[in-house]
Amino acid sequence: MRPLTEDETRTFFEKLSKYIGENIRLLIDRPDGTYCFRLHKDRVYYVSEHIMKRAANVSRENLISMGTCFGKFTKTGKFRLHITALDFLAPYAKYKIWVKPGAEQTFLYGNHILKSGLGRITESTSQYQGVVVYSMSDIPLGFGVAAKSTQECRRTDPMSIVCFHQADIGEYIRAEDTLT
Amino acid sequence: MATVEDVLESVTQSQASKYKTIEVQKDIEPQLDLGNLLTVDQNPLDLKKLRGDKEAYLKSQARDNTQLLFNAIWKLPTERVEEAICVKLPETTTVLPREKPIPKAKLQTKWEQYALLKGIQKRKKGRMVWDEEAKDWKPRWGYKRANDETKDWVIEVPGNADPNEDQFEKRMKAKKERVAKNELQRLRNIARGTKSKVPGVGLTPTEKPSKEEVGLALHLAKKSTASLGKFTEKLPKEKEAKHVGKKRKFEPAIGDFKKEKEQQLNIINVMENKKPKMDITKAVNRVMTEVDQEASSDDRRKRAGKVKNRRGPPRKKGSGGFGKKGSGGFGKKGKAGKGKGAKGMGGKGKGMGGKGKGKGKGR
Repeated sequence: MRPLTEDETRTFFEKLSKYIGENIRLLIDRPDGTYCFRLHKDRVYYVSEHIMKRAANVSRENLISMGTCFGKFTKTGKFRLHITALDFLAPYAKYKIWVKPGAEQTFLYGNHILKSGLGRITESTSQYQGVVVYSMSDIPLGFGVAAKSTQECRRTDPMSIVCFHQADIGEYIRAEDTLT
Repeated sequence: MATVEDVLESVTQSQASKYKTIEVQKDIEPQLDLGNLLTVDQNPLDLKKLRGDKEAYLKSQARDNTQLLFNAIWKLPTERVEEAICVKLPETTTVLPREKPIPKAKLQTKWEQYALLKGIQKRKKGRMVWDEEAKDWKPRWGYKRANDETKDWVIEVPGNADPNEDQFEKRMKAKKERVAKNELQRLRNIARGTKSKVPGVGLTPTEKPSKEEVGLALHLAKKSTASLGKFTEKLPKEKEAKHVGKKRKFEPAIGDFKKEKEQQLNIINVMENKKPKMDITKAVNRVMTEVDQEASSDDRRKRAGKVKNRRGPPRKKGSGGFGKKGSGGFGKKGKAGKGKGAKGMGGKGKGMGGKGKGKGKGR
C-alpha cells in the first residue's frame, strides 16, 4: 500500500475530471473527515484515514481491499475506472444521460446505448465526454462516453450509438471475481 | 568303591557344571536381530539381586541373552566354508538413525522446469554419428567430432559479407561466445539455487541487443572501474539514466495528510489552468444554435407578413468569414466575460447570418 506518485495522480485525476470536472476537490477536501487515495496491487482505493491506518497493519498478500476501489492502473500505466466508483462520482457528475426503461436492460448487460434508448441528455455535452448514465427514475446505472454531442444526438438516426458503455452496475454480477 | 557308572556320572556332571545349560528361561521373549547380532531383553531386572551383587547378576543376564542369540544362530542354515561352519545372517530389522541429514533435492535448472511443464521427455542420443565426409562413425561431441565446422579448411564467403572479414575468425569467435553463454547460463542456474547474484546477468551475447540491453551494458561498463565509475566521462549526448538498478522510493503509506492534500489540489489547479477557459467548438455550436433560432424566427415573421426591405448586395458566404472573425472576437471578448462575449457574438452572428442568407435585412 502506498500513496500515488505525481504521475499516477495526474493520470488518475485526468480520468476522474472527465466525469466530474473540478468536483474532485470535493473528494479530496471533505468536511466530514480526511480521506485519501492509496495504491495497492495496482488498484486505487479511496479510504478514510483511520481505516487506512488499520489496513496498514495487514500484510500485502493478505490485504484484499479497503475503502472503495475506484479503479486500477493497467500494465501500460493507463487508468481504468471501475463501477465501484459510481457511488462517489454520481452525485458530482457534470454530464448525465438518462436511459429509457426499455433500454436499461441492454445497457446493464454491457451494450452501448443507441439513440432509440436515449431518454434525456444534458445540454451542451461535447463528443467523447465522460457521462454518468441514469435510469429514468434517477438511479445511477453506470458510466459511459458520449459518442456524439447533444446537437448531433438530436439529428442522428435511431439505430446509431450515442453512448459507449464503460461500466455498469450489472458488472457486480458479471465480473464479481475481478472487482475488489 | 566307585563304580564305572558313578565315575561316568561324575564326569558328565562336572562337564555339565563346567558349561551352563543352553536352555534359558525368560518371562518375555527377547527380541533378536540376527543381522546385527543384537538381542534386546525387555525383562524387568530383579532389584534385590541388582543391589546385592550387581556385576554377577548383570553378567548372568548377559550370558543368558547371548545363549539365546546363539541358539537362534545355530537354527539358521549352515554351510561349510574352508573348514569353518558359516551361517548367512538374515537382513537386519533394526532401523538405525541417519548419520548425516537428508540431502536436499537438487534444484531444477530452467530447462528442466520447462521440460517438466511441457512434458518433454529426454531422448537418449547415441555417442557415435555417421560422418558423411569422412565416411566413418565419429563422436557426436568432443574430440574429433563429426561435422566440426571450426575445422573446415575452406569457407565460402557469403554474398553480403565484408570481403575483408576473416570468416575463420568469425567462426572461432562465435564458438567462444556460445561457450561463454553456456557458462553464464550454468552459473545462473547455480546462483538461482543458492540465491546469490551473478554478475553480468542480462548481458548474454545476442545477435541484436535491444535498446535496454545496450543501455544496461553501457551502464555496467561505466561502473566497472576501480573507482566504481566515479570518474568516467559522459558521452556527448548521453542522458543520465534514472533509477538504474536502484529500488524506486515511494512516500510512506501514512504520511503527512495535509501535505498530500495540498499536492493533489495543486495538481488539480494545474490541470484546470491548462484547460482552455473557452471551448471553441462549444462556442461555435452555441452561436450556430442562436443563428438557427434567429433564422427560424425570421421565417415566422416573414410568413406573418412583416417583410423588411430586401436590399443589399449578396455578401460573401457567412461560414468562412464567420469562422475567422468569430475566433478573433473570442480572443478579445473572452477576457471580458462570457456573458458579454456571448451578446457580442450574438450581434455579430445575427449580422453574419443575415449576410449568409443573402437576404440582407438592412441592419
